[in-house]
Amino acid sequence: MEKEPLNIIITGVGGQGNVLLSHLVGKVLVRGGFHATIGETYGASQRGGAVMSHLRVSRKMQYGPLIGEGHADVIVGLEPLETLRVIAQYGNPDVAVITNSRPVFPQAVSSGGARYPTRDEVAATLKGLSNRSWVVDATDIALELGPPILANIVMMGTLVGSGLLPLGAEPFEAELRESLPAERLAMNLEAFRRGMAEVA
Amino acid sequence: MANIATYEKGSTQLLMGNEAIARGALEAGIGFATAYPGNPSSEIIGSLAEVAKDAGIYVEWSINEKVALEAAAAAAFAGVRSIVAMKHNGLNVVLDYLMGLALTGTRAGIVLVTCDDPGALSSTEEEDSRMVAKWACLPLLEPGTFQEEKDMTRWAYELSEELKSVVLIRGVTRTSHARGDVEVGERIPPLRQAKFEPSNPLEFTSMPAPFKHLVANQKMDKARDLFESSPFNWYQGPDKPDLLIVTSGSGWFYSLEAVKALDLEKSVGILKLGTTWPLPEKLVRQHLSKAEEVLVVEEIDPFLEGNLKELVGEDPSAVGPVKFYGKRSGHIPIAGEINPDIVTAALARILDIEHRPVQPQYSQKALALTAQFTHGRMVGFCAGCPHRATFWSIKNAIKLDGRGGFVSGDIGCYSMAVGPAGYWQIKTMQAMGSGTGMACGFGRLAEFGLTQSVIAVCGDSTFYHATIPAIISGIYNRANFTLLVLDNSATAMTGFQPHPGTGRSATGEQAPVVDIPTLCRALGVRVEETDPFDLAGTTDKLLDLMREEGGVRVLVVKRECALVRARREKPAYQMRIDEERCLGESCGCSRTCSRVFQCPALMWDAQRGVAAIDDVLCAGCGVCADICPAGAIIRETA
Repeated sequence: MEKEPLNIIITGVGGQGNVLLSHLVGKVLVRGGFHATIGETYGASQRGGAVMSHLRVSRKMQYGPLIGEGHADVIVGLEPLETLRVIAQYGNPDVAVITNSRPVFPQAVSSGGARYPTRDEVAATLKGLSNRSWVVDATDIALELGPPILANIVMMGTLVGSGLLPLGAEPFEAELRESLPAERLAMNLEAFRRGMAEVA
Repeated sequence: MANIATYEKGSTQLLMGNEAIARGALEAGIGFATAYPGNPSSEIIGSLAEVAKDAGIYVEWSINEKVALEAAAAAAFAGVRSIVAMKHNGLNVVLDYLMGLALTGTRAGIVLVTCDDPGALSSTEEEDSRMVAKWACLPLLEPGTFQEEKDMTRWAYELSEELKSVVLIRGVTRTSHARGDVEVGERIPPLRQAKFEPSNPLEFTSMPAPFKHLVANQKMDKARDLFESSPFNWYQGPDKPDLLIVTSGSGWFYSLEAVKALDLEKSVGILKLGTTWPLPEKLVRQHLSKAEEVLVVEEIDPFLEGNLKELVGEDPSAVGPVKFYGKRSGHIPIAGEINPDIVTAALARILDIEHRPVQPQYSQKALALTAQFTHGRMVGFCAGCPHRATFWSIKNAIKLDGRGGFVSGDIGCYSMAVGPAGYWQIKTMQAMGSGTGMACGFGRLAEFGLTQSVIAVCGDSTFYHATIPAIISGIYNRANFTLLVLDNSATAMTGFQPHPGTGRSATGEQAPVVDIPTLCRALGVRVEETDPFDLAGTTDKLLDLMREEGGVRVLVVKRECALVRARREKPAYQMRIDEERCLGESCGCSRTCSRVFQCPALMWDAQRGVAAIDDVLCAGCGVCADICPAGAIIRETA
């Protein structure tokens, strides 16, 4: 791991499984012997608001739950507009970004009062503001395999597959095997592996 | 799967701050845990409820915080260590009992955890609970790291029993609702020898009050001595710092990062205090005397700052000249949440260091590229939420009633009806149950000329928590209003906890049901019931109740929370737009479905000029089919 600490922001819209995703990643890192701290947005934001988890990983010490502006190393977005919002505040030229392509329209867009960026606009904007970037059709993959919420496990696969974390796939698959009931395991493992393949 | 009760001693776990507190309580051998849910505190008792059987403890959701504290105190009086948790609003609710308990003291250890919400991220107001420690003569602990959340909680029981006093632990959102790695210790089982046996007739009363007040102050003297050597207070920095940061709680990590960010480790020291009332005076004086400038970093109010100044003022010669910076000086904002950037900016300003925000050119470019797209995201009701349907009917009934009626409301998911999600229908919102209390006042203003219809709303959990006394007061005093109980069968806003209407206890056992309509009928008022998804029926019933003049009338609007239901059931309907029927901009409805009704699953397809439905978000409730004047939203049984 080059960065000390490694600052990861996972963002999306309330209800997309943001908290679960950050918790899973953090848990695997702690088991792998790292210090991990997660600051989460909860509460009212769960009801369709913008949500964000700050995950800080270190070999040396425990860090606080909030990442300073401009100090994200990795941004994982479950929703493209939220990815743009986070990169504008926490990004820097060295940041790596992975975003799901599927929009959840804010009210201004769904009521016809504003325009949502196209997939190409999202990709170009992220490219211009980052060192590396990926746009992944995580919700579409999720819907091929099961419920749309599975997109968060697809995104976990992209994060691990990108090599931006100091751990490989095996401990993440082990965590899924341990924490999921048998009937949901195969679907989640498949989602994780499809995510990894997207960034390979 | 392992849980907070079964984690092996010595293992390192990623724990939410609230879970670390719960684990600390288990390591102290608590037997009794109570709370009314409120974020950011809910997971303390929530996580204990999940492991109650593994841990052999009793856990309950009480109907409000005051009852929770009273029940927990009873356990402690009878020799069973107990914990009670609440958010800052809850501390307001318990104050009446807490002041008496502070004078009374305790026998077994009792810890009250209060979690504040700087920035009101999941609250309707922000306030600093720490004032209560000083006011009530209670020892106050503020964990600054995740490990401390657990370790301090365990130690708090020893402290509580040594002082014979309730101990306050104060968390904030960023310590409670954050996760970090924690090494867990040994858990001990609760004692099972409960006996209520006062050593004198007044032991468990606050009488005689002046004497017990004196004793409470003596306990503070003893606590002060104990805190002088507490491992939860420490100093990090040079022997004689140019500037001393004094901090507690969430401020520790932020201060540490600010000092690092500005590369000031050799000139700035940090005194991190975990025992913030009473202050360990010798320790604090010793550090204040070494610095001429002090920055106090804390959330929310200048509590520590004021107490430090008081200490200096008592004997200025013991400390020497010292200049304070903090909330009073404006270096740290007086309201809202703080973060590492705020502390860094404060340090840079005091020390006159040029501190440029990271890469200003990047920042400008990023804003230029994204600003046109990053539209705000209002929080609102979920797809399929019964509240959206209810407020739609309320809005229509008020219009049909024609007397300028209005709604007074209170705290819950339905609070969002103060905004566009609920068509701006709720016009007052302060505290649990306050909508009905307000209606008791509004409903008595006819003799002063008020002719408007008065409507109050409360949720099901809020009904039990604080609304029942207001209803009785309204009945007794002949107030004229209609109360809508918005019963979604869960304490939804805080994480769907069960309550006396759900038939389930905190630990998942079957529980007696206190039925809301039956209870209201027993009070002698007219009660109607309705399904909010029946828009026409709900509007008619509400209108009929509003038009019945005099006294209190109740409409119970019952439909399970969409998120709770979705865990169990598939959507009832498959929804689609009949594009032949949707007249778009030429309809005259002004895009009622996507612009006014505000379900997140309803969209306007600007390119094609018709409404659209997002199948990923749609919960299949079917309600929108009834709001389209053109009948273009089609509801098909799924």
